[in-house]
Amino acid sequence: MSPGFQGRPRSAQPALPPGQYLTEDFPVLSAGPTPKVGPETWEFVVTTEAGAEYRWSWAEFTALPQDTPTVDIHCVTRWSKLGTTWQGVSLDVLLDGVDTGAAYALVHSYGGYSTNLPMADLRGGRAWVVHRYDGGDLPAEHGGPARLLVPHLYFWKSAKWVRGIRLGTTDEPGFWETAGYHDYGDPWREQRYAGD
Amino acid sequence: MNAPPLTWRVARLVERRAETPTARTLVLDVPGWPGHLPGQHVDVRLTAADGYQAARSYSLAAPADGERIELTVQRVPDGEVSPYLIDVWAPGDPVEVRGPVGGWFVWRAADTAPVLLVAGGSGVVPLMAMARARRAAGSRTPFRLIYSARTPEDVFYADELRRRARDDRGLDVTYVYTRAAPVRWRGEPHRIGPADVNTHGWPADLEPLCYVCGPTGFVETVADLLVGLGHQPRRVRTERFGPTG
Repeated sequence: MSPGFQGRPRSAQPALPPGQYLTEDFPVLSAGPTPKVGPETWEFVVTTEAGAEYRWSWAEFTALPQDTPTVDIHCVTRWSKLGTTWQGVSLDVLLDGVDTGAAYALVHSYGGYSTNLPMADLRGGRAWVVHRYDGGDLPAEHGGPARLLVPHLYFWKSAKWVRGIRLGTTDEPGFWETAGYHDYGDPWREQRYAGD
Repeated sequence: MNAPPLTWRVARLVERRAETPTARTLVLDVPGWPGHLPGQHVDVRLTAADGYQAARSYSLAAPADGERIELTVQRVPDGEVSPYLIDVWAPGDPVEVRGPVGGWFVWRAADTAPVLLVAGGSGVVPLMAMARARRAAGSRTPFRLIYSARTPEDVFYADELRRRARDDRGLDVTYVYTRAAPVRWRGEPHRIGPADVNTHGWPADLEPLCYVCGPTGFVETVADLLVGLGHQPRRVRTERFGPTG
């Protein structure tokens, strides 16, 4: 116990994952410069464990059936933002027809970022590649032209500037996962750092 | 990763030093502290009498000195944690810390590439840890620090930076003031721009490691400038401050 610490009024706290606090802003967390990728050069590639590639250009991607999820997001740096609205394509749509038995995915981005997650977390209406936020095009500093959105995991799993997904039979850690952060990253179990 | 879990440790306040009217350096004694690299941060957790907890992340301001660590905390208006640490926390009272955290925005003394540090406001804290670690390691790796502050009164570690710029061979320190410059300062207050980075940084062909830390807009600007000046994006490491209370 820290004598003299009272904290914010408890009634003001909505239901957040443990250790999170609410923000109305949309902070940015990135490890390097923001890559500038134009839709004309953007493409999205799913590569299976057998080496097969499934590609979408910007025009092909934006012509796919669109979802408009409204979700809460939780950053490992402890802010949470509620009721964010996005537009994009469900991974169920993108993975439909992809011939794979892979259990793991390594998502990679323009600029070199990567993050890993189980295939199961990309399926079942829980993951999207989004290109619009709050009614406008997704700004570059928030991952535009398109980013992954996997809101049930800490937000570093929602890779910005997403470029593709490599499917594999083994779990391969990504950028933050090799830098001390948790392999899975469930905010409700407070899996922030390796070993949590 | 099979790293051991990071455990919460009880820290006690040893000393509190004023850096600016709104920022304090806190010296903590943390029994069992495992050591850290400059640039890493810690989580600090407070617990109220009814069990309610609040935690925030803070950059480590200095290399580890045994079980002593230093944080520099900027008071966030309406913040939940920083006002406690700055105004209420008394020597001897327990606060929990957990770390070190972060394996990317770090400098290792074994790396001999020239280093450019670019700080915006309180973003200087992890960069100061690097400059201090350089001296502590006896490193001769050339360092340049460009430090953007609103006014001279907002500069953290002002006396120490003056001393280091004089005594730490191979460390250059340059200031950019955005609101008000000191008397006899050459130039007008301005936001950091290409001329500042080009003149006081390193040429890209020396392939320096660049560390940029500050508010999001500042980091976006400087990182873009560096890439525009020919630095490889992978040599530009950034850390951005969101609001942390």
